[in-house]
Amino acid sequence: MSERLNTPQVPKTAIWNDPTFRAIAIQVLASIAIIWFFWTIFDNTLTNMSSRGITTGFGFLNNTAGFGILMSLIDYDETYTYGRTFYVGLLNTLLVSFLAIVCATVIGFIIGVARLSKNWLISKMAAVYVESIRNVPLLLQIFFWNFAVIQPLLPSPKQSFALADMFFLNNRGAYLPKPHFDDRIWLVVIAIFAAIVAIVYVTKWARRRQESTGQPFHTFWAGLGILLGLPLATYFLSGVQVTVDYPALQGFNMRGGTEVIPELLSLTLALATYTASFIAEIVRAGIQGVSYGQTEAARALGLRHAYTLRLVVIPQAMRIIIPPLTGQYLNLMKNSSLATAIGYPDLVGVFMGTTLNQTGQAVEIVGMTMAVYLAISLIISAFMNWWNKHMALVER
Amino acid sequence: MNEFKPLPNLPPPVATAGVIGWLRANLFPSPFSALLTVLGIYFLYITLVPFLDWAVFSADWFGTDKSACISGGACWAFVTSRIDFFIYGFFPTSEVWRINICFALFVISFAPQFFDAFPYKKNLGIFSLTVFPAISYVLISGGWFGLVEVSTEKWGGLSLTLMLAYVGIVAALPFGVVLALGRRSQLPVIRTFCILFIEWWRGVPLISVLFMSSVMLPLFLPEGMNFDKLLRALIGIIMFQSAYMAEVVRGGLQAIPRGQHEAADALGLGYWKSMLLVILPQALKLVIPGIVNTFIALFKDTTLVLIIGLFEVLASVEAVVRGAQWRGLTFEGYVFVGLCFWVFCFGMSRYSQKLERKLNTGHKR
Repeated sequence: MSERLNTPQVPKTAIWNDPTFRAIAIQVLASIAIIWFFWTIFDNTLTNMSSRGITTGFGFLNNTAGFGILMSLIDYDETYTYGRTFYVGLLNTLLVSFLAIVCATVIGFIIGVARLSKNWLISKMAAVYVESIRNVPLLLQIFFWNFAVIQPLLPSPKQSFALADMFFLNNRGAYLPKPHFDDRIWLVVIAIFAAIVAIVYVTKWARRRQESTGQPFHTFWAGLGILLGLPLATYFLSGVQVTVDYPALQGFNMRGGTEVIPELLSLTLALATYTASFIAEIVRAGIQGVSYGQTEAARALGLRHAYTLRLVVIPQAMRIIIPPLTGQYLNLMKNSSLATAIGYPDLVGVFMGTTLNQTGQAVEIVGMTMAVYLAISLIISAFMNWWNKHMALVER
Repeated sequence: MNEFKPLPNLPPPVATAGVIGWLRANLFPSPFSALLTVLGIYFLYITLVPFLDWAVFSADWFGTDKSACISGGACWAFVTSRIDFFIYGFFPTSEVWRINICFALFVISFAPQFFDAFPYKKNLGIFSLTVFPAISYVLISGGWFGLVEVSTEKWGGLSLTLMLAYVGIVAALPFGVVLALGRRSQLPVIRTFCILFIEWWRGVPLISVLFMSSVMLPLFLPEGMNFDKLLRALIGIIMFQSAYMAEVVRGGLQAIPRGQHEAADALGLGYWKSMLLVILPQALKLVIPGIVNTFIALFKDTTLVLIIGLFEVLASVEAVVRGAQWRGLTFEGYVFVGLCFWVFCFGMSRYSQKLERKLNTGHKR
């Protein structure tokens, strides 16, 4: 009897069948293989570089670059260093990404809503836009806008398209008036930040009041008022001196003003229209993802059409839209590297192109460039994950 | 007795049925909508009419150089006279039949997939993923069985574009599956490595990957060993693509209910057997539309190899419209290439949407 009560004897397994041992063994072997792989690459690279006479390290960043860059947001000329070319390229990348993201969002939301329109013609036109743009390679569209539209169709500086003798558009680019402010402009900048902070607090206050008393508050109009009013008031009260530098034709070219090079125009156009076609689909899916019962429920509560959209449909649609929208923004930022194909001086074109060709420091330069893109991607996606968690439906 | 005789049915009111009813409901339901319709028609009138006139009605279709284009419309003569160059690149004319055989094989191995009744779909699928690329490689590169060797510098045009995309996706598939399994593995070292690998390649633009494979790869290899330019680009594309593929496959793996894992465990299957026999067949079936979508993205991205000097279809058209004979036909050139890509990509995206509806058999949670 006592034998039966004993726990059954587990037959002793061979050590290579023991799950814990196997897990450890596999991971140790994998680590060794990975380390060996990277060590081989590292070793080969060092050997190859020394045999080609390339010095390693980031010292080259302090050498004088000696080449000019078409467009720069910060002071730059031939006498600056290679390190400076990195920042010039990075800022140009960020600039075109920012412009294109703003335009793509606006176009994408309009097209996405148009595609859901009850008007047959409008929804079909939106569908044709989406299907024709997103099935054609982006590089081709960049070439198309740059070499087939912007460059041949724009006139020479002498026959510029002009608007009120202030804005000019010709094949050298677009020229805008350039305002120069004196030091007191900082007050206006501070006022803008103060306005943003004030709006955040007004929004919070309005929400608390609505939750406790049920009285709605026109947050949007109040916010717009603060955002425009506060800086404008500061501007007039502080008496900032503004001098405007107007562009004008001198000889064969334009002088003065702010110059926007044609490559930036075509790149922004191509990136914005291409990404907009994807954003339109995301917006459509987001709005369709809110079930019609929600709209009916809002109507049953007696909400008017505009309130139904603003308080019920859009907040729920945004929850679906935001994550893939972030993905599209990241794609756009990475796609802006195609700039190098038309000669817009972005990070890849300037740093991984010219600087790499001049210095031959392939490993350092490619590594730095990739690290920048990787860092921006990771930061934005980490932020968006946090935000998404913040916005996600709390289910019980 | 008067017999009850109903009057004949009245036709529906003109305003709600027929053409007029449709127009009222879909084009002019409200003043604002009507305004949009009018603006839309006007927009189409000022864009589509001149474009059609330019592209079709007053276009020149044949000729040997630019002087043949006199009518003021589009000059398509460069397409009709250089179409061989756009498809085959610099491939020797006497050997072009080899590429044509590959095209034919491609069509033969994929066409039956569109017919539901065809019984050997799976075998044919395996053939087109394994044997077909091997045969095509032997045929196109030559050097075996008395075929003249054609070096990769001569490959080009649309055939190179298709080759890059196809090889990229077929080779990335096994890597992607392994990486996806690794990312869901219980072993921390394997999982971390897979996550790092996937996020690294997904975080950088393809163009920097191509730069890396063309300037850095030679430094990584032992001295004296080198690959040609095409193979280097392919390695970059495959690494890049396998990370995206891994995420697609992971989506499929996550959609498989836990019960399937437990059932496989209960049958006493080990890790590899349960994955290969139970989980992966279901997961891969679910992600076929996703794979087609990745393929479309890669197909469009292959144009980037022109930046590192490979001669795919966009580069070959660029070369022609910048040459002396057809100088200045950039607009026509880009419209032509765009149309080529559009036909392939639109067809594939429709196919993947159809598959998605067909495969949506209620597995989704």
